[in-house]
Amino acid sequence: MHKKFLLIAAMLFAIVISAISGTVTSQSAEVNIYSARKESLIKPLLDQFSAETGIKTNLITASADKLLTRMINEGRNTPADILITVDAGRLFRARQADIFQPIKSQKIEQLVPSNLRDPENYWIGLSQRARVIFYVKDRVNPAQLSTYENLADQQWKHRICIRGSDNIYNQSLVASLIAANGKAATQQWANALVGNMARPPQGGDRDQIKAAAAGQCDIAIANTYYFARMLENKKDPSQSEAAQKMAIFWPNQQGRGAHVNISGAGISKYSRNLDNAHKLLEFLVSPAAQSWYANANYEYPVNPSVKPGGLIASWGTFKADAIDLSKLGELNAEAVKTMDRAGWK
Amino acid sequence: MTSQLDIENLDVSYGDNQVLRQVSFSLQPGNIGCILGPSGCGKTTVLRAIAGFEPVLGGRILINQVEVSSSIFCIAPEKRDIGMIFQDFALFPHLSVADNIGFGLKTWNVRQQQTRVRELLAITGMLAYGQAYPHQLSGGQQQRVALARAMAPRPGLLLMDEPFSGMDIDLRKQLAREVRNILKQEKLTAILVTHDQHEAFAIADNICVMDEGRIQQQDSGYNLYHQPANRFVANFIGQGVIIPATVESSHSVRTELGCIQGKLPIDSETGTAVDVLIRPDDVIHDDNSSETAIVIDKSFLGADFLYYLRMDSGIEVLCLAPSHHNHKINERIGIRLDVDHLVIFDRI
Amino acid sequence: MQGISENSLGWVIRYRTSELLKGWWQPGILLAALIFSIPVLTIASFLLQPSGDVWQHLVDTVLTDYLINSALLTLGVGLGTLSIGVTCAWLTSLCQFPGKKLFIWALLLPLAMPAYIIAYTYTGMFDFAGPVQTLIRDWTGWGYGDYYFPEVRSLGGAIVMLSLVLYPYVYLLARAAFLEQSVCVIEVSRTLGCNAWSSFYRVALPLARPAIVAGLSLALMETLADYGTVSYFGLGVFTTGIFRTWFGLGDSAAAAKLAAILLLFVFTLIVIERWSRNRAQYHHTTNRYRQLPQFQLTGFRALIAFVACLLPLLFGFLLPASQLGLWALDTYTVMVDASFIRLTLNTILLGLSTAVLAVLLALFFAYGKRVLASKLVFASVRVVATGYAVPGTIIAVGVIIPLAWFDNTLDAYMRDQFEISTGLLLSGTLFAVMFAYLVRFLAVSIQSVESGLAKIRLSMDEAARSMGYKPAETLFRIHLPLMKGSVLTALLIVFVDVMKELPATLILRPFNFNTLAVRAFELASDERLADSSTAALMIVAVGLLPVILLSKSIASSRAGS
Repeated sequence: MHKKFLLIAAMLFAIVISAISGTVTSQSAEVNIYSARKESLIKPLLDQFSAETGIKTNLITASADKLLTRMINEGRNTPADILITVDAGRLFRARQADIFQPIKSQKIEQLVPSNLRDPENYWIGLSQRARVIFYVKDRVNPAQLSTYENLADQQWKHRICIRGSDNIYNQSLVASLIAANGKAATQQWANALVGNMARPPQGGDRDQIKAAAAGQCDIAIANTYYFARMLENKKDPSQSEAAQKMAIFWPNQQGRGAHVNISGAGISKYSRNLDNAHKLLEFLVSPAAQSWYANANYEYPVNPSVKPGGLIASWGTFKADAIDLSKLGELNAEAVKTMDRAGWK
Repeated sequence: MTSQLDIENLDVSYGDNQVLRQVSFSLQPGNIGCILGPSGCGKTTVLRAIAGFEPVLGGRILINQVEVSSSIFCIAPEKRDIGMIFQDFALFPHLSVADNIGFGLKTWNVRQQQTRVRELLAITGMLAYGQAYPHQLSGGQQQRVALARAMAPRPGLLLMDEPFSGMDIDLRKQLAREVRNILKQEKLTAILVTHDQHEAFAIADNICVMDEGRIQQQDSGYNLYHQPANRFVANFIGQGVIIPATVESSHSVRTELGCIQGKLPIDSETGTAVDVLIRPDDVIHDDNSSETAIVIDKSFLGADFLYYLRMDSGIEVLCLAPSHHNHKINERIGIRLDVDHLVIFDRI
Repeated sequence: MQGISENSLGWVIRYRTSELLKGWWQPGILLAALIFSIPVLTIASFLLQPSGDVWQHLVDTVLTDYLINSALLTLGVGLGTLSIGVTCAWLTSLCQFPGKKLFIWALLLPLAMPAYIIAYTYTGMFDFAGPVQTLIRDWTGWGYGDYYFPEVRSLGGAIVMLSLVLYPYVYLLARAAFLEQSVCVIEVSRTLGCNAWSSFYRVALPLARPAIVAGLSLALMETLADYGTVSYFGLGVFTTGIFRTWFGLGDSAAAAKLAAILLLFVFTLIVIERWSRNRAQYHHTTNRYRQLPQFQLTGFRALIAFVACLLPLLFGFLLPASQLGLWALDTYTVMVDASFIRLTLNTILLGLSTAVLAVLLALFFAYGKRVLASKLVFASVRVVATGYAVPGTIIAVGVIIPLAWFDNTLDAYMRDQFEISTGLLLSGTLFAVMFAYLVRFLAVSIQSVESGLAKIRLSMDEAARSMGYKPAETLFRIHLPLMKGSVLTALLIVFVDVMKELPATLILRPFNFNTLAVRAFELASDERLADSSTAALMIVAVGLLPVILLSKSIASSRAGS
């Protein structure tokens, strides 16, 4: 019996080890990616890249913070060639931690506007994500809406739905407000906003839109692509029905513009597949890939030559906040503290 | 005749606590020995040392003339040719009764095993329960299985650790007799450890009384009762009181209850103050006696009453009287002494 | 006398095994305990780093919330799992009512349901915007605020979710304890005038308390380690607080201080659990077993018993599983492909091999405790068991840092000395993943194996030895058959736990390695519940078989049957 156990253990071990060795790669034509973008939102592009170039891609997905922790600790031996995140703050932090190297590609410099990449090209944006205001068409007159700052106004008392302060999108939105208006003003704003919330923050971005559509609140703050995905949801008609009741409002169009964050990427300082890594990034900002972001996930391209079509086009163009995205990273901790003090759960 | 078990000057300790001191005794083949003593006297330790579960600090143990334990040497339990019955029986719950009994017969061939198991089931009266599991049995039945299991390989020595402790008194007596008969039938040499003297008397040929890690007396039950070697044995075995006396001559002592004839130690000088053991059956109720005492308590034993009496001097004695002599508490009754075995201790 | 003889047993076996074992066993245990404590110690070492003003900020703003919420959550889940687990255990072990045979194993099913999945599912169903409330509004014409409906995403909701999936731990151990109780104590209580219920409260419950507390402490440790549910519900508890502080505020020292407070909770639980177990160290009070008496329930009482067992099963399993099933019907054609089958196999293999390792290690530790009986060994086994309550992500970070350090140090040395780069030997391999699992789940396997071992009285060892069996033979002939049930239990629980485990897998796994939990979570957290349902359902389905086996093993765990 005991021997049987050992035997089974040994066999399982052998199988598992051989399973890994199948995945641990030694070919030269490959590139290794740590991605905070979910597998389903990056794998199709990677497969396309492999098909075009013959370069194999190896992928791990997890949250950016954890991948960052892993990369920093793996140090010079890290297998990662590229780190992909879904916000600029983490890219900033990665650069601070000295695990990136400058991206040397004229092609990328041509394709990606300079405000969407690091001043010294330690990282670049891959897609843009706007965090804007959604209102219930029946109950809100868009003329009353103007800016993020305006959401602190008394008239929105118990009318706003927004998710928790753990969320990086909210953290970076608040960081952008601190950058624009200063700490004290933003603290006042956050305090007032918490008073205007219709319910304690909970759920994800879609939940805010759904709650507003269902009548729990009149205004929801969310990223645009969630709204688009709801509208286009064929399988669950209730989602598109809910979204139909809502309309998009681009805030701060008279001023600095709507808050935009990026999903982006940098190349590891210790990359062993430098050429392939550059090739992959060039591919990801190429028109083909950029239109995939727009069409498959309703994000805004970073490549200005690619015009989003269909649904996104129907929302029209908007002015985006042109803030240096590194600033968001710098102010992230301050933003969290501000929300803590305001009692933003 | 060579002995089956020899224990010579055995010392055992747990850390700094010495639990056995200079324990020696031996056992003849086919005899049933018993180690009798109060809890904590070290009796179980002796058994466990014989089994090889307990290391020995000094002295040695021989089973069938072969040395198995000494301070520098210890044969593993499984090589000692012993069988053991545990206080909790330690039957294996995952095996049937037959499998439990056959457990120690691993070197026998299947046919021999079956025969032996059947034989033991028959001897212990458990034939109907071969396929039952231990949890389906009563306590007495489990006890029989434990006995059968320990006896099955015909061990040179059978060790029994308080095997009847979990049972009621009637069952104890009955099982003790049964076990003795079975052991004798199988001609097994066995040692029993118990704190119950009646159990010891019922089963053993030879009893060692132990206290505080030492053997106090090794003898037959009769002699332990009537000729205890010291005060501990006198108190531990049977009932009785110890009362003061004075040596009167070379063959008699005087007590408050009168003179007692008997054998005295040779060096006893007349007039020496000593103590004598008085058993309840040494005190006879006699209405004609000049000595009287007051009944302070009594207990009914069926055929007899046991009276607790106080004499005028304040000395208390026990008296066993036929139960048709029914006296009330606080009544004064006449008594006299009739001592067959004079037991004397030095005054302390 | 009892004390002396017990001590002496330990001493004797030590003496007997000394030549062979003592030389390496104790150091081996200490070393293994140290290795498996490294992740927790690594995190604890962050306490030494200065934490600046962030800690003060936490104290000023959110710490009180974390404390209160964590305490309420623990208390609530404690009450929830206790009342569900103990009631069902009692009904299915000592009462007769229709459907009992089915409930015996079906009540374990929620064990296969990851807490975050059930949270997502219920939110999808009962949220304000969900189908149920929408239906109510459509029927009644009410709007927001016109009616009361319990909020799913709340502290109360989290308590219900966690209680529904964690009560099987209490049920499992309580039932085993009820089944092992001597028939006599129950009968004695009946003769003393207790009816079924009062014999439960006054006799069976106190006797089973150590087992119940053990199950409860498992459930509560899981509660304290939960991240998926509480973060989805937006609750400020210690786990969510640690994440914010570490990643949002970028202060690992302050995060470690929070983690240290969390560990304080855990140590309290462990101490309570040990204390309650030590008070009942006897194995069996009697040797007399008989078929347990069954309280025959009829009519109204049978109905109540039936409903009491049905409710947790319905809400903990049937309802969410059906919802997942409905969603999966829509999406499985897209979701099931070659990679899905591969990740299912990955998950099963990983679960199995971790479970086997966890049990082997548990045997090593548990026998060490039995044989060596040294305080040092006791303490180190206790330390190993703390990993269970530490959130997976924290463990994962605690694994990454030392492994990467080891790899890089070795690499640097090899480069210096031999100009060879060894690269990352351990980091980013399945070894790292399994190591993290073991750190988290050893507590479960050790607990189960220890409880099995406790049933084998030392006199049984000695009986076998006195009948000519060597120690090794005793192990195979006596211990293995008797331990089978608890070893199986340990294997199955660890397997199911690994199947559900998420954060450590996510961050430690090698390239292109996915599990069902990763797939389900990624889709669900991207708010694609329907798409995630196939993977979630697969986790439940793969977990189902072990859970059913588990119930079989308890049924046969009663001595002798």
